[in-house]
Amino acid sequence: MDTGEKLRRGGGRLCCICNDRRAALKRPKTLQQICRECFYAVFEEEIHQVIIKNQLFKPGERIAIGASGGKDSTVLAYVLSELNKRYSYGLDLFLLSIDEGITGYRDDSLETVKRNELQYGLPLKIISYKDLYGWTMDEIVKMIGLKNNCTFCGVFRRQALDRGAALLKVDKVATGHNADDIAETVLLNILRGDIARLSRCTSITTGEDGPIPRCKPFKYTYEKEIVMYAYFKKLDYFSTECIYSPNAYRGFAREFIKDLERIRPRAILDIIKSGEDFRISTSTKMPEQGTCERCGYISSQKWCKACVLLEGLNRGMPKLGIGRTRGMSSDQMKNPKPTGAAKNIESKQCGSLDF
Amino acid sequence: MQLTVEFGGGLELLCDSVKIHSVNVDVPNGEEKLTMGDFLMWVSKNLIKERPEMFIKGDTVRPGVLVLVNDCDWELTGQLETTLEEQDVVVFISTLHGG
Ligand SMILES: [Zn+2]
Ligand SMILES: [Zn+2]
Ligand SMILES: [Zn+2]
Repeated sequence: MDTGEKLRRGGGRLCCICNDRRAALKRPKTLQQICRECFYAVFEEEIHQVIIKNQLFKPGERIAIGASGGKDSTVLAYVLSELNKRYSYGLDLFLLSIDEGITGYRDDSLETVKRNELQYGLPLKIISYKDLYGWTMDEIVKMIGLKNNCTFCGVFRRQALDRGAALLKVDKVATGHNADDIAETVLLNILRGDIARLSRCTSITTGEDGPIPRCKPFKYTYEKEIVMYAYFKKLDYFSTECIYSPNAYRGFAREFIKDLERIRPRAILDIIKSGEDFRISTSTKMPEQGTCERCGYISSQKWCKACVLLEGLNRGMPKLGIGRTRGMSSDQMKNPKPTGAAKNIESKQCGSLDF
Repeated sequence: MQLTVEFGGGLELLCDSVKIHSVNVDVPNGEEKLTMGDFLMWVSKNLIKERPEMFIKGDTVRPGVLVLVNDCDWELTGQLETTLEEQDVVVFISTLHGG
């Protein structure tokens, strides 16, 4: 019973890579059974290959990691700083966090990011909604209720991240979006028939025309492996739901993807692939980019979406700019008319805050 | 049978924010071993205090919840058929919370 007993777990199966140690997990991507050490090696190596193949970084660049304190960005910060040393990328890495002002949620997760700053030796910059906009999310929710708060969260966070990146003078922002997130976004864009965003949401680098490009080194990395990696390595991350995240629709899409993954783990990569292949040439044009007359941020309209939302808040008319509009000119501001354009769903739901 | 259960990734919120539980579970009548299938039902009945749908779906864990038995992925040990022994450590981690 002794050797048999020791080998009982994992069915006594050995790692199919080293053939020496006991398997500790089944990789969803390949269905291989591998041990912890081999898992660390293939996990990191695959991300390195994605970085190299897609030329995500250039030597000497300053890179901000969008850090929420959650699993994805925590693992991203850890792995990027490891790879940067191991392969001499020559990058200056920073952690960039947004403080939305959500008591009991963001303040706690920021404590995690502050520990990460010390653990990984990466300088941290925190940008707060209060400083940028004069409003915390708590104050916004008090005013508008729980129904549309994610619109504010999403618009404000996107801009806050760009402003933080500008303050840090970085060349690029890396975010922790993983393969599951991207598959989910592909699905949501299909469900709403948003062809323009469908092909864009699978791009590993976006916003090259905007102020600061963003890239997703975890584009092909499964959430299961990110969580397993964090668990085995005992990485310190924060995992409480945002108290203001009622996006049930996105939740269903997520659940659907997880159901598919259980039956056929490759489904996640397949969905990303279909998103990539949907390069339908349509007349759908992305609006031309100008700058906001009020704050100077990129905008296709006179005022950027954040300024429209802020104007609503400050005038006590928070419904202004919410819903089916894509930003308004100041003329429209006086007489708001919905334009029927879709709002951006590229970012994760508010609760996950992975930008 | 003495077992240790650990919740992570936000699942602890379903049981009064307690992450680690030392529990004593009986092998069901007429059975020789305690399986993960039995144990899941025991956990959802005895440890999960709210929103059980975040943990269980049908007769197994909700997709997106990772399970490890003695630090080994239960997809390698037979999932619901995995048998448990004295002093085993079972870990449940949600991948669905937070980024
Ligand atoms: Zn191995
Ligand atoms: Zn939100
Ligand atoms: Zn503006």
